[in-house]
Amino acid sequence: MITTGIDVGAKTVKVVLMEDGKIRGKAKVLSGFDQEESAREALEQALKEAGLAREAIGSIVTTGNGRKAISFAKGDVTEARAAALGAVFLYPTARTVIDVGAEESRAIKCDATGKVLDFAVNEKCAAGSGAFTEAMARALEVPLEELGPLSLKATQTIPMNAQCAVFAESEVISLIHSKTEKADIARAVHDGLSSRVVAMVRRVGLDSELVLIGGVAHNPGFVESFKRTVGLDDVRTAAEPDFVGAIGAALAAAE
Amino acid sequence: MATPTKYPTAPLKCWPKAKEIRQQYYKDYAEAHDRGGIRWSGGAWAFDAVPMGLGDDVHVMTGEPYAASIAWDRKFAQECQDATDAKGWARDLCSYMRIYWGSMYLNRFFFGGEFPKPDFYYQSQICCSHSKWDQEASLHEKVPYFCVDVCVGPYETLDESRLNYVVKQLHDSIAGMEKATGRKYDDEKLIAAVHNECRSTSLWAEICTLNKAVPAPLDEKTMFSLYVLATLQRSSKQVADYYEELRDEVKDRVARGIAAVPYERCRIITDTQPPWGFLKIYRYMEQFGVVSVGSVYTFGLEGIFAEQEDGSWGPRKTPQQLGIKIKTRDEALRVTADWNLSRPCWQHFYDPRIKTRMMLKMVKEWKINGVILHLNRGCEGLTLGSMENRLGLIEAGVPVMTYEGNMADEKEFDERRTTSRIESFMETLGLKQIPEAAVAHAA
Repeated sequence: MITTGIDVGAKTVKVVLMEDGKIRGKAKVLSGFDQEESAREALEQALKEAGLAREAIGSIVTTGNGRKAISFAKGDVTEARAAALGAVFLYPTARTVIDVGAEESRAIKCDATGKVLDFAVNEKCAAGSGAFTEAMARALEVPLEELGPLSLKATQTIPMNAQCAVFAESEVISLIHSKTEKADIARAVHDGLSSRVVAMVRRVGLDSELVLIGGVAHNPGFVESFKRTVGLDDVRTAAEPDFVGAIGAALAAAE
Repeated sequence: MATPTKYPTAPLKCWPKAKEIRQQYYKDYAEAHDRGGIRWSGGAWAFDAVPMGLGDDVHVMTGEPYAASIAWDRKFAQECQDATDAKGWARDLCSYMRIYWGSMYLNRFFFGGEFPKPDFYYQSQICCSHSKWDQEASLHEKVPYFCVDVCVGPYETLDESRLNYVVKQLHDSIAGMEKATGRKYDDEKLIAAVHNECRSTSLWAEICTLNKAVPAPLDEKTMFSLYVLATLQRSSKQVADYYEELRDEVKDRVARGIAAVPYERCRIITDTQPPWGFLKIYRYMEQFGVVSVGSVYTFGLEGIFAEQEDGSWGPRKTPQQLGIKIKTRDEALRVTADWNLSRPCWQHFYDPRIKTRMMLKMVKEWKINGVILHLNRGCEGLTLGSMENRLGLIEAGVPVMTYEGNMADEKEFDERRTTSRIESFMETLGLKQIPEAAVAHAA
């Protein structure tokens, strides 16, 4: 049976089609204003990639912040559950999952079956999520995808005092005016974000068998900062980190 | 998944009476002047037995439950907050205070008509907001204000000099009230009020203790509507009598195995005031078979507890039960001071570890499977130390979930995120939604 997982995130909707433990197709589109419409569009793209017809699909399960908004799904699972299921499926030894998305980030402690044992989620604040890096990239007038590589060129560590995204933006502007190198500011941005995320990791307990997922895991600047802040030489990052939640949802659909 | 045991449930017979008492309370306050009576306002932690010596026609309106009532009406609550913001007050102040002030500034009484101006304000000072709350209100209304400082340390360290410090202030406050109202103070009425105060708050503690039973006869959402009577006026004979009736009914529910939540299979406690506009999160948890049996807040905001002979937590014995006869004003004031200083919710202002100890006691004796802590941005006083409590509970092996919110300002509560977080917490507790409970909830 082909099962479908749809991760309705704050910025993008991800769809994964699975059959017998294998990914048959996947797609990602911007969430837009109409999440259901975006989910349909992503599903169509994934079906096209897999060469399947809509009728071939069995169960559909959603996750993500818009998971309740998709009327054609049979059910939904929490973001933590989907992340843990997906991560353990891809990396069977993973016991701590760090999911940094556009709007939310979370640290999850799980067992070998993907059952959530404990979790911590960032509170109502953008400073621990991808939205923070987006805002800072705008302030630096750097495309988002260039922010991470830029930060790797930093030559010094400068502290970023503001913990709030709004005030951090003002601080970035002040740093620009004081002729601080953009690369150093970019690194400070990632250090600020990773310190927030690491605080959550420490709440659930640090485990070396951790895996980093979520769209922000694409950002090499963040990954580098995270490694430094968490004190690990190497951190496993999912190959396609933003699809892990959708994979988890597809696995839940098969249950 | 097999459907868990379904316990019999029944509505509380004395529920409508609680509602009537509450409605009458606000009506009496609003109409007190029409009958030549006296009105005072202040906090739910004020020594409310003390003004009772001014006469039987003295009516009170405590600020916190008044603001909590408004918080349930999210539209008016917002209007009140906007009015307070417009005066230049900061948004991160106590959200009850902001609502009360807003209602006062707008001159709109939640229960109809103009905001009833009190003859004086009376307050105790342990939470930093309380004393400033009524200071501003008294300045705005141009009426006298009496405030009693009770910051004398945790009850376990209470000595004679600390008690005297509070009692002396109570004596002074009586002199001030006599001057402000032109009335002669009646010590017999004070003594009767102190008896009622001890009776009602000990009875509430006894009711909470009955919730140790499995299945729990009361759920916390229901308890919110019951404990509130003590916050309105615990020194009232009517409230004490009501709690006696309620205690008997709850005892009967325990004897007959009547549950508050039909599919009870997991028991939790919470902490601090809930987000009043979103009490449905408690109903949501019921779909997983979860009953919240209370909190240090619901139990100990007004309930007066003491360690029992077997070391367990239960109601503190009243002076009457101990055969103590109060004969003079000073004796009455000493009793009410000592009694109030033993209030559980006053203890953790000095050290969060005291609260952790109380929570761990509840976890053990009330057979608790998990704890949900509300990081309540609307009440710094009761939220201070919550993360310390979390650590203490986790170290003891108790599963804990936290969520951010505000008891009375919906702008700081995210319903979707909170329910999502609860769902994840349920998963960590090994709980799935019970279809039958979900269907009943939807109906």
